[in-house]
Amino acid sequence: MSLVTRAPVSSPAVDRRAARRGALYVAEYRLRSMWKWRRSIITDGLGNPILYLTSIGLGVGSLVNANLGPTGIDGVPYLVFLAPALITAAAMQGVMNEIMFPTLAGFLWDKGFFAMRATPISGGQIADGLLIAASARIVFTTVVYWFVLLAFGAVGWASAVTLIPVAILAGLSWGAVMLAATANVKDDSGFISLAMRIVIMPMFLFSGTFYPLSTLPLAVQWIGWISPLWHATELGRWLSYGMAMPAWQVAVSVAYLLALGVVGIVVARRRFERRLTT
Amino acid sequence: MIRASGLTKRYDDFTAVDGIDFEVARGESFGILGPNGAGKSTTMRMIAATLLRTSGDLTILGKDPSKEGPAIRAHLGVVPQQDNNDAELTVRENLYVYGRYFGLPRSYLNPRIDELLAFAQLEDKRDTKIDALSGGMKRRLTIARGLVNDPEILMLDEPTTGLDPQARHILWDRLFRLKEDGATLVVTTHHMDEAEQLCDRLVVMDRGRIVAEGTPASLIREYASKEVVEVRFGSDRNAEIAPLIADIGQRTEVLPDRILIYTETGEESLQAIVARGFAPVTSLVRRSSLEDVFLRLTGRTLEDE
Repeated sequence: MSLVTRAPVSSPAVDRRAARRGALYVAEYRLRSMWKWRRSIITDGLGNPILYLTSIGLGVGSLVNANLGPTGIDGVPYLVFLAPALITAAAMQGVMNEIMFPTLAGFLWDKGFFAMRATPISGGQIADGLLIAASARIVFTTVVYWFVLLAFGAVGWASAVTLIPVAILAGLSWGAVMLAATANVKDDSGFISLAMRIVIMPMFLFSGTFYPLSTLPLAVQWIGWISPLWHATELGRWLSYGMAMPAWQVAVSVAYLLALGVVGIVVARRRFERRLTT
Repeated sequence: MIRASGLTKRYDDFTAVDGIDFEVARGESFGILGPNGAGKSTTMRMIAATLLRTSGDLTILGKDPSKEGPAIRAHLGVVPQQDNNDAELTVRENLYVYGRYFGLPRSYLNPRIDELLAFAQLEDKRDTKIDALSGGMKRRLTIARGLVNDPEILMLDEPTTGLDPQARHILWDRLFRLKEDGATLVVTTHHMDEAEQLCDRLVVMDRGRIVAEGTPASLIREYASKEVVEVRFGSDRNAEIAPLIADIGQRTEVLPDRILIYTETGEESLQAIVARGFAPVTSLVRRSSLEDVFLRLTGRTLEDE
């Protein structure tokens, strides 16, 4: 057996192709790792919507519906009002698992990114690959959620082609932001719980998720305005049951989600590159 | 294969590597010896094209790493100081995934991985998760991983640091086979025995500079005597007795726990010490090693810092 004197396996052409596809190789690796967690991903994907829809959608919903009468919020049953917010929130929560943990692991825990960096792959491609693989989780979570919503009668068939894409956009955009935020973490002690407490929870509670944002005092409404969850939820309500939404607001919300995503991935790429070359 | 001149890496006000020159030829096993913090790992990362240099020239496989990093890295095998295999994957999966990063196809990787598992003596661990491996096995896996792309240069950063003696010898045996196969190796170490085992030629680094260069034998010839007498009189008395026996050898070093006497004839020198009425608590006569070379060049032992 000869280990080092065999014919070279790569040529400049092969090298260039490999260098171009780096992000896909990283995504391939991430999907392989995620496959090992498939049971908990599936349990989370199914359990989350069933629990929320039963407890809040049906439970709290029966109180809301009884109080507001047949007109409900926006003239629809509470469950229908709630559905676009929940599916978007699920997409955003799901993506965080596939962004924060692998990023902390790659830089700090087992330092896998430094192993990748010794190959033709660049730091920017590692960031891209993580987001590509995370999008698989977003799509899975969103589609499962949508089917559960359908089973509960919270959405109609037509929303498959409108609500699902909006939730996926929100997930990707938020994933890119979290990727940029996690890329600079040097000391992970408490980072995740801190992020949960001061960013995720307030966002979930104050983004017009459970009631229209306008019912909150103005002093805290700004949380909703900067929250991608609120923008995506508004779009979702407009698409799902025809909530009134002026065209300019549609444009602003779509642009906001796109901009967050683009800025997120650009900053993430730069931070990955820098952290792996200095 | 590698050519560096005036190679420098500076961080703000700290100079990690301070204008070093060296060359490595194909098939050569080149060592960088020095204590922790000497700039060895920084030099390795610059050669591995994962750290940009501040100034000086560096050519690897005929290319400039600042411009053609990915093309250089495609032909290097890197074994970092700290094993960084993926704990969630099995031994085989780690090799496969790493091979994919180089864009290597499944048809190449499957037989290649079998070869590498045999080389690393990990055939019966192929489907084991990394957590269940011993330190020596993890290290051999990392070395196998570094060979997956059939590299032109294999770079090993402190390959056996932290392993028990038996695991080190197994590893040296594997690396020696690579050397016999004609591999180009670049090895950093702060273990002199490792440098003596593995390196055809080496440089000694201290505080970012190269302080000596040569084969292990020529360095010992040049910077140390043939033999060394180590005597211990107890920590309080070493410094007190040292001047009284300094004239016996060619040179004397006083360390906190022992006195080293450099001489051509160890046994005779030891007898001379005893004849003067100084009976050491323990004594040892041995051949000079790279450790002595380092002590001579820097005034410090390799294990210091």
